[in-house]
Amino acid sequence: MAAHAPYQSWGRYPRALPAGLRSLRFRDQPLPRVAGSVLPFGNGRSYGDSCLNNGGTLLATRGLDRFLAFDPGTGLIRCEAGVLLSEILSLTVGGGWFLPVTPGTRYVTVGGAIANDVHGKNHHLAGTFGHQVTRLELLRSSGERLRCGPTERADLFAATIGGLGLTGLITWAEFRLKRIANPYVQVERTRFDHLDGFFELALGTDREHEYTVAWIDCLASGRRLGRGIYLAGNHAAPTCEGAPRPPGRAPSIPFDPPLSLIATPTLRAFNEIFYRKQPRRPTNGVEHFAPFFYPLDGIGQWNRIYGPKGFLQYQSVVPMSVGRDATRAMLECIAGSGQGSFLSVLKVFGDRPAAGLLSFPRPGVTLALDFPYKGRATLRLFETLDTLVAQAGGAIYPAKDAHMSPRLFAVGYPRVDEFRRHLDPAFSSSFWRRVTGAVA
Amino acid sequence: MSTRVLIVGATSAIAEALARRYASQGATLFLAARHTERAAAIADDLRIRGAAMVAVGVYDATVPDRAEALVAAAWEALGGIDVALIAHGSLPDQAACAASAALTRQELEVNLISVIDLLTPLANRMQAAGCGTLAVIGSVAGDRGRQSNYVYGAAKGALAIFLQGLAHRLAPAGVRVLTIKPGFVDTPMTAAFPKGPLWASPDRVARDIQRAIARGARVLYTPWFWRWIMLVIRLVPATLFHRTRL
Repeated sequence: MAAHAPYQSWGRYPRALPAGLRSLRFRDQPLPRVAGSVLPFGNGRSYGDSCLNNGGTLLATRGLDRFLAFDPGTGLIRCEAGVLLSEILSLTVGGGWFLPVTPGTRYVTVGGAIANDVHGKNHHLAGTFGHQVTRLELLRSSGERLRCGPTERADLFAATIGGLGLTGLITWAEFRLKRIANPYVQVERTRFDHLDGFFELALGTDREHEYTVAWIDCLASGRRLGRGIYLAGNHAAPTCEGAPRPPGRAPSIPFDPPLSLIATPTLRAFNEIFYRKQPRRPTNGVEHFAPFFYPLDGIGQWNRIYGPKGFLQYQSVVPMSVGRDATRAMLECIAGSGQGSFLSVLKVFGDRPAAGLLSFPRPGVTLALDFPYKGRATLRLFETLDTLVAQAGGAIYPAKDAHMSPRLFAVGYPRVDEFRRHLDPAFSSSFWRRVTGAVA
Repeated sequence: MSTRVLIVGATSAIAEALARRYASQGATLFLAARHTERAAAIADDLRIRGAAMVAVGVYDATVPDRAEALVAAAWEALGGIDVALIAHGSLPDQAACAASAALTRQELEVNLISVIDLLTPLANRMQAAGCGTLAVIGSVAGDRGRQSNYVYGAAKGALAIFLQGLAHRLAPAGVRVLTIKPGFVDTPMTAAFPKGPLWASPDRVARDIQRAIARGARVLYTPWFWRWIMLVIRLVPATLFHRTRL
């Protein structure tokens, strides 16, 4: 029952203790007056500490979950910031409307999708979630309610997109949905036996396919380094006969195991089977959108498998010019450490200029991997990876981060000084204080 | 024909969750609340979720003599009422009530008298129509007086007796009366409390309420295990009970 979920991040590392928690329920409410800083908290799907406010107050936004307007003719939708993407899909897919951009889980709030400027498998064509937003309302601690959009207070808007909840509370947002003929996706899966194969496929198929991503086996090394499966999909044609619906009720990890269930031999076997299951020749089929876009949403509370110590995700982006070499170096380093986890994700981003001042997606190749938290060993590996990312002129994704140094943040996010001008003085987060040295 | 639903106290979390369930089935709704602006925001949302029609009316339980007019307005707007949910209320500060007879009276007026003021005209109209369900949010607190909240408990306990009698009176007319006894519900009012397994979400409670209305139940403990918890609490002898801080 999500209503009881404690207020921690998805990776459950680091732990933080907010001094206060205020649940918001109506968008006309003023911000609560509290001592110390506040930070909006949506559905807690950020992995690290960008959704935490140790010692401060969290403003829980899930109670702001109403739709304000929806035009089934044009797909324009306006809703409160605490609405989950899953709730939008439930409302609109039947009528032929889909999210214009969606991350790999539908259990994020609209406010969180904007504040982290999330991206999806169609970044190379559509850009980020922030690119889709036409308007939003920002409630500042001064009590002002400011409407922002691409042409209205564009500076504040650009700071709020990817602004990690630090420019004020987003009360509602408006964006345009995308027309679909049915809930199905035509998917082509291609196995590649080495990282080089990924780059060949990415350069070849990304133009013909709206959605592309690769799963790679981060435990494979040597000749098999970076082997994986390339997924390329398009929304199915109106004539498509469909695919089986996924089960209505998802299984869930019902309790907290006392230790991590992730061990290297089982992982190796799992990744091997996943890779082998895919035939050598490309396959083509129709799938329901849910397993295609949200493979892990099928297992409730899957973060629990990592045990009480939690886990970290490492998501980086490096420029395309050095993408191949930097990605190879990172994968060698991870395979050598033996610390990798389930299938990792690799994708080439598009060239669209970022929507937000602190947006993570930028032209280049992005790699995302989960690591069970094993104390010093994990942090040492991350430091090595950080060095590779910094050398390549890349960046780390704040929504996934619990470790990056202030220096890496500064070089990865060169517009941070511009961003600072739009900070709301009452808003702060554990992440912000960690990467900027700001005080609560 | 779509279900015609009146909800009093429509901005409460349980009421809104139930309204969404009826809206997604194409119901017509009349929302009565003190904050009409908030009720209007809920109404917009319900229309998008599928409600055939949603009307909003102002109702303040602390202002006497408004019940009759509200019921008449809702009856007219909906063209009759199939389900009336009375969900408004306040959570009294027991210590402050213990120190003030005036505050105690005020709390009883909001949590008991104002509800009865609504139920009387609703019952008469439904009796004449020969159908309908009166669903009223009571509380497990009304099952036994406890030192920590007996003013609230007294209001909800008296309400339960009133509803029991009303159910008896209206049974021959085909009108159902449902007394709803939620346990701990995770609402904004309780956000700061640490939560254990006894807590339920407003949507879970709303689901139980809708099912109980559909099957014509008379008393609903939600979630179900509260029936057994309260049975035990009622059976504990006073000599033992008085040693607890419940």
